[in-house]
Amino acid sequence: MATVVTENCNGCRFTDCVAVCPVECFHFDDNMVYIDPDVCIDCSACIPECPVQAIYEEDDLPEELKTWVAINAERAPTLPVCGEPMEPLPTAEDRKAALGF
Amino acid sequence: MTQLGTETHPLQVAVIGSGPSGFYAAEALLKSGKSVRVDMLERLPNPYGLVRSGVAPDHPKLKQAIQVYEKIAQTPGFNFIGNVTVGRDITVEDLRRTHHALIFTCGAESDRRLGIPGEDLPGSYTATEFVGWYNGHVDYRDRVFDLSHETAVIIGQGNVAADVARILAKDIDELKDTDIATHALDALAKSRIRNIYIVGRRGPVQAKFTSKELKEFGHLNNCVPFIDPKELALNPESETELADINNPGSQKNLELFQQFTETSASGKQRRCIFTFLKSPVEIRGSGKVESIVLENNRLSGAAFKQSARGAGTSLEIPAGIIFRSIGYKGRPLPGLPFDADRGIFPNTLGRITDQNDNPIPQLYTAGWIKRGPSGIIGTNRACGVETADSLLNDIDLLATNDRKPGAEGIYPILNAKKVRHIDFKAWKKIDQHEIELGKTKGKPREKMTSIAEMLKVLG
Ligand SMILES: Cc1cc2nc3c(=O)[nH]c(=O)nc-3n(C[C@H](O)[C@H](O)[C@H](O)COP(=O)(O)OP(=O)(O)OC[C@H]3O[C@@H](n4cnc5c(N)ncnc54)[C@H](O)[C@@H]3O)c2cc1C
Ligand SMILES: NC(=O)c1ccc[n+]([C@@H]2O[C@H](COP(=O)([O-])OP(=O)(O)OC[C@H]3O[C@@H](n4cnc5c(N)ncnc54)[C@H](OP(=O)(O)O)[C@@H]3O)[C@@H](O)[C@H]2O)c1
Ligand code: SF4
Ligand code: SF4
Repeated sequence: MATVVTENCNGCRFTDCVAVCPVECFHFDDNMVYIDPDVCIDCSACIPECPVQAIYEEDDLPEELKTWVAINAERAPTLPVCGEPMEPLPTAEDRKAALGF
Repeated sequence: MTQLGTETHPLQVAVIGSGPSGFYAAEALLKSGKSVRVDMLERLPNPYGLVRSGVAPDHPKLKQAIQVYEKIAQTPGFNFIGNVTVGRDITVEDLRRTHHALIFTCGAESDRRLGIPGEDLPGSYTATEFVGWYNGHVDYRDRVFDLSHETAVIIGQGNVAADVARILAKDIDELKDTDIATHALDALAKSRIRNIYIVGRRGPVQAKFTSKELKEFGHLNNCVPFIDPKELALNPESETELADINNPGSQKNLELFQQFTETSASGKQRRCIFTFLKSPVEIRGSGKVESIVLENNRLSGAAFKQSARGAGTSLEIPAGIIFRSIGYKGRPLPGLPFDADRGIFPNTLGRITDQNDNPIPQLYTAGWIKRGPSGIIGTNRACGVETADSLLNDIDLLATNDRKPGAEGIYPILNAKKVRHIDFKAWKKIDQHEIELGKTKGKPREKMTSIAEMLKVLG
């Protein structure tokens, strides 16, 4: 079981999730964040915090998002840790509205 | 410009309580770039609060949060002072003299009451004491729970109720490799409980379980979840709540509840029965619990603000043991204001306030005693950071002319009272000993459940 960030995060990066992560397992690139499954303790704290519902428990992933399990596992360890909330991306509010949230 | 927070004038902060909120507040201060010394006082010899003594033994992955706290404890400037009860061994006034600022992160260690007749009959217990007992908390090791009846009733539908139900529902084989206390394992091995009612005063859409916890009831070795499908009928306001895009948790819960209406007996011996819209009005029995009377409710109010109202009819369930799991509650501490209704230290953004809502200098709070008893481990990180930010913003106000000695001022007070205080290295010795004790039983650790035994390990 893992907890994974999926495509809704792309272009948002609100990082509300990061503030409540007890173990600092989020990593980030220019577009979004990823969870390191080896560090994540599957506490689910981040899931309800995300304003665009980008985060899922692996069990709950819809079929078309399942590829994100591997994407998080591969990318997270190569990227810097996101220990504290960052400014949302400039595109964040527009993207949130476009996603219907 | 104050010099406080520089190498020659470090900011001396006492953190009272070593649960998640204490550690995250400490971390935020130690990472702030200012020169800060944190003395963390804990009433038990062991740190980690409810991560050790609340989080269920069969959820070991969550306890890995402790690795983060161990790292914080190794940070220069951090100092652990265990086995010291603030308010008894040392006063708030003492700490205001020795430190620039105090952060109270002492959690919510008591519990809310139902306020109904029979609540104190033998056989009527709180989730707080049951959880403390199976988790080997030193305060609860001598509790005795009579598990010789067929029916247990749990009042409340939050994740703590789910923990209590799951521990009662599991077979010994599902628990014996965890860090559950051996006294609990022995008692649970003899349990005759078959029916476990989990009673909510509101409806299925308002249940506070998270779906991950709920899902586990579908995968137990010897217990099936059960719901009467009629109980899942929803009023229009609940339909509105369910359809809200920002409420995916309730949708997931309802799907699971629906699955639970379809589970067949399948040879399993125990049942967890989820039932809704019922409030306890009386616990009956002569000399001990024999039954509980539940009044049927209907919901009233707008969507997301619905409350339970008695509908005038009731039912009686024969039961030998009852747990109320309706929320923890903070306790007052001498020298601090207290909001008795909410069970918290009144505060604004973590600054403890007086009766006129003005911040009292030096006093801060974080975690359950700041917000009330809800939120999971990670919630306390954002909460601790908020308090640390408030404190650092106040640094000019905290500067004083007299020197604050920090820990050096605390030890003489404790020594004069012959309080045996322990540091982090000493705790790690106890920690190691517990792990060794566990090895012989195939458990990750065997918790020591008496302070005297823990101190004996230290010689
Ligand atoms: C039964 C249960 C199960 C839970 N399971 C989960 C879970 O699975 N996942 C999850 O994410 N969250 C879980 N939680 C929630 C989580 O444990 C809490 O959010 C968190 O522990 C609260 O942190 P805290 O620091 O405010 O308080 P606590 O963790 O309660 O820490 C308070 C500390 O202060 C100490 N203290 C109290 N008074 C004094 C005093 N006068 N002087 C010195 N020290 C004092 C206490 O001994 C304790 O160590 C659970 C909670 C409970 C009750
Ligand atoms: N695995 C985990 O992640 C985990 C495990 C344990 C605990 N926790 C967390 O710890 C926190 C505390 O959990 P909790 O279960 O103690 O609290 P909680 O989630 O607030 O649940 C309390 C329950 O008691 C009910 N209740 C309150 N007063 C009542 C009354 N007078 N009569 C009948 N029912 C009453 C509430 O119903 P109403 O909704 O009607 O008020 C609610 O169902 C929560 O944030 C929880 O998520 C997490
Ligand atoms: S809160 Fe959601 S959108 Fe924002 S960074 Fe986290 S996962 Fe991405
Ligand atoms: S599930 Fe918990 S540990 Fe994992 S990323 Fe989310 S907040 Fe962090």
